Amino acid sequence: MNYEAVIGLEVHVQIKTRSKMFTRVASGYGHEPNTLTDPVVLALPGVLPVMNKAALDAVIKAGLMLGCEIAPVCKWDRKQYFYPDSPKNYQISQYDQPICLGGAVEIELPGSARNVMGEHKSIPLTRIHLEEDVGKLNHGATDSLIDFNRAGTPLMEIVSEPALRSADEAFAYLTALRAIMVQGGISDCDMEKGQLRCDANISIRPVGQTTLGTKVELKNLNSISFVRDGIAHEIKRQMAVLARGGTIVQETRDYDGQTGASQSLRSKEMAHDYRYFPDPDLMPVQVDQAWKERLRAGCPELPFDRQRRYFTDFQLPYTLTSVLVWDRALAEYFEAAACAAGNDKAQAVGNWIVNDLLRELGQAGLALADSKVRPEQLAELVRLVDTGVLLTGAAKEVFVEMFATGEAPAAVARRRGLEAAPTDAGALEQWCREAIAGNDKARAEFKSGKDSAINAFKGPVMKAAKGKADPKAVDATLRRLLAGD
Amino acid sequence: MSAAMAAEIHYQTIATLAARLAAGELSAVELMQAVIDRTRAVDDRVRAFNSRDEADALAQAAASDARRSAGEAMGPLDGIPVALKDVIAVEGQPLTASSRMLADFVSPYDATVVKKLRQAGAVLWGRLNLDEFAMGSSTENSAFGATHNPWDLSRVPGGSSGGSAAALAAGEAIATLGSDTGGSIRQPAAFCGVVGLKPSYGLVSRYGLIAFASSLDQVGPFTRTVEDAAMLLQVLAGHDPLDSTSFTAEIPDYRAAVCAGPRSRRLGIPKEYFGAGLDPEVAAAVRAAIAFYAAQGWEIQEVSLPHTEFCLDTYYIIATAEASSNLARYDGIRYGHRSQSAGDVTELYEKSRAEGFGAEVKRRIILGTYVLSSGYYDAYYRRAQQVRTLIRSDFLRAYEQVDALLTPTSPMPAFRHGEKADPLAMYLCDIYTIGVNLAGLPAISIPGGFTQAGLPIGLQLIGRPFREAELLATARNYEQAHDWHQRRPNL
Repeated sequence: MNYEAVIGLEVHVQIKTRSKMFTRVASGYGHEPNTLTDPVVLALPGVLPVMNKAALDAVIKAGLMLGCEIAPVCKWDRKQYFYPDSPKNYQISQYDQPICLGGAVEIELPGSARNVMGEHKSIPLTRIHLEEDVGKLNHGATDSLIDFNRAGTPLMEIVSEPALRSADEAFAYLTALRAIMVQGGISDCDMEKGQLRCDANISIRPVGQTTLGTKVELKNLNSISFVRDGIAHEIKRQMAVLARGGTIVQETRDYDGQTGASQSLRSKEMAHDYRYFPDPDLMPVQVDQAWKERLRAGCPELPFDRQRRYFTDFQLPYTLTSVLVWDRALAEYFEAAACAAGNDKAQAVGNWIVNDLLRELGQAGLALADSKVRPEQLAELVRLVDTGVLLTGAAKEVFVEMFATGEAPAAVARRRGLEAAPTDAGALEQWCREAIAGNDKARAEFKSGKDSAINAFKGPVMKAAKGKADPKAVDATLRRLLAGD
Repeated sequence: MSAAMAAEIHYQTIATLAARLAAGELSAVELMQAVIDRTRAVDDRVRAFNSRDEADALAQAAASDARRSAGEAMGPLDGIPVALKDVIAVEGQPLTASSRMLADFVSPYDATVVKKLRQAGAVLWGRLNLDEFAMGSSTENSAFGATHNPWDLSRVPGGSSGGSAAALAAGEAIATLGSDTGGSIRQPAAFCGVVGLKPSYGLVSRYGLIAFASSLDQVGPFTRTVEDAAMLLQVLAGHDPLDSTSFTAEIPDYRAAVCAGPRSRRLGIPKEYFGAGLDPEVAAAVRAAIAFYAAQGWEIQEVSLPHTEFCLDTYYIIATAEASSNLARYDGIRYGHRSQSAGDVTELYEKSRAEGFGAEVKRRIILGTYVLSSGYYDAYYRRAQQVRTLIRSDFLRAYEQVDALLTPTSPMPAFRHGEKADPLAMYLCDIYTIGVNLAGLPAISIPGGFTQAGLPIGLQLIGRPFREAELLATARNYEQAHDWHQRRPNL
């Protein structure tokens, strides 16, 4: 029998705010244990929560970017359970009225080759709600220590519909979602720091069946690759269970990315009663149209929308766009340079960025923000090449110099004497004659109609010209000589 | 010399003492010392205090005197000793809620009301006993022993703010603060013959008040006169950015409004508040008060609050639901009582809470947990919230015809220790006070007479939301024509 997998993801994203969700103490990672605390975080007797509006702004913005319906009122509920990492023994969350409903994440599946665009799908979301993060337990041999630094950090939970069908789709979903969150300035989504966490609900069913199979929740998927590997492993495990006539047990399993194995944490037979009720310490907050519009104005273009625009506005090839659009700063750098150079030079601009700028940044270990080459300087470089002032080889040298010093391209070219000399027509004709005479085979091929054979002569000519010959003039001279041959 | 001036220092009012301090007739240290001496003399019988820091109080008083002699701007309560119910956080002082759970807890921060008292120059004095976590009507549910009513030591002072009412009645403070979730300020004020004000929900910040039931709790003053209540409320009231449920409007000058007198004179008598179980002597005192207002030219109208019969049930669902959640933080992990015999974390929770909480607290946590449970939420909690809306509507409808309501504060005067061992009998003590909390209204209990046996009787006046000025003026109207508030117990 053929089976298909049905996967839904619950993604927790920590929101990048200066202070915590319900108090003014700072949010952060990597500090001494229990230094980011105050009476509210520690749930001392008598304290009260006050909502951090910046966190609500962030989740509404995320909802707007993902096409969610934004609830007119932000309402808070208490989710109650006892656990030492939860200082109040309830978590302030949103139960029956999440701030965002619906929406979708557009994903791209792997194409048939690296330079071929893959199939796109839209993965619908169930909801997004806002809540507070809990602390962290560090278990020792004989005791457990609690660090409340993380407790109270604003956290949003993004719940997808069970609409993913493979580990690759889950990988693509998380990749797209993470890019949107990072580009929207909502989170840095560093999974190592726990800023993005993912649980997967996985079941399998015979192809064609519409009801869902028994689901297994997979936890501790702490990198995007582990999510893919863990899901693939779980699908295989469930198929193997069914193949030997077994049944899937509803349970929570822990996937170990290092060993590639999973083990059962607990069965779900004892469902938790969280005794949700509206938090009487927090008043519902009205979210009006003006508030939403103000946030909408700050939403960046989504990566796939940007990519489609690059296809139509700049006629960029897929491979270039698929590098540019996943990094908002890089895309904005590209757009600034393309705008300065002119839309018809956009591809050249893109090539410089993807091939040269990223290479230099990578070698120097720098981020784009550190680049001394400003977008308009890159546009100027492209213009110098286009007008024949700089030949390609010389332009590459100029770029390396620009990257190191931040100088304007024309100044570098002048100082280094890299501008193309007006080619001496007599010398060029002499070099061309010598090249033709030195390659009878190519000459014969060209004569018999193979146009590309002409390229065989160009290398020796350029070598003789020490790279400074204008390729267009070389081509024209060769054709004239070959025609009269 | 006026009668008030002639009274012993520890029985004088804020208004008198503030004037005497300003006139230099008395120093804050002398005042504090008088209160300390009185407390030392009577508190082994009254047992109003859980703890007192005499040195700290005297140091605060000395600081007030130093400010005054340096000619600095003085606060409205400068040098006045105000003692606090032991559920209000004072930095560096114990905060126990009269529970074993917090027996050794010291607060590292000030409640907003405490900050405000400090800014007003008040001397923060002592931690007052209560029913554990403010759950009770007699202050018998304290882990540290019961408080005694200064008018009859064999009787209870009421609760849950019993220590706050008894301390004031016994002259152990000049004013005190309590908290009122279902009558916990007004009922003990009635039992002890003092003024107790429960402000509108949201008027006074709850930040730093140990939560019992968040949607019902309010901090309020115990004072000897209505004017003193106005002076203290002036300091306590106002928006607090640390309390999302606090009110944001302008605060009027309460003392000026009280002295100016009530602007309108229509008094409602809710017929449901005079039913079975009302003590005849209390009923007689209330009828006398109605006659007084009528004689003053007030228009008296009988009104109906038809959902009154559901108040008790509604209250015990909402209050216990919120309490079960609010008290979850007392788990033995971060602070508070931790069981020494627990083997794992679940046992640590179970044993710490079993050992740390008293019977009434456990009873309410269990009830509250039950009503919020999956499958019962709609039948209990959601239903109770709907009825709560109806109860509030009853009051607002009555206020279309009248400006204030007059009722008994408690169906009976102070009862004997141990007399109400049945929890339900105890809960019935609050039938006239809990509707006010469910509706979020302001209400005041003022001395309204004495029984044959010499026990104080309280009158309750209930006002419109956030119209404390009018309510206080109405109460003062009665107070000025009676001298119940000037009587003192024999101790």
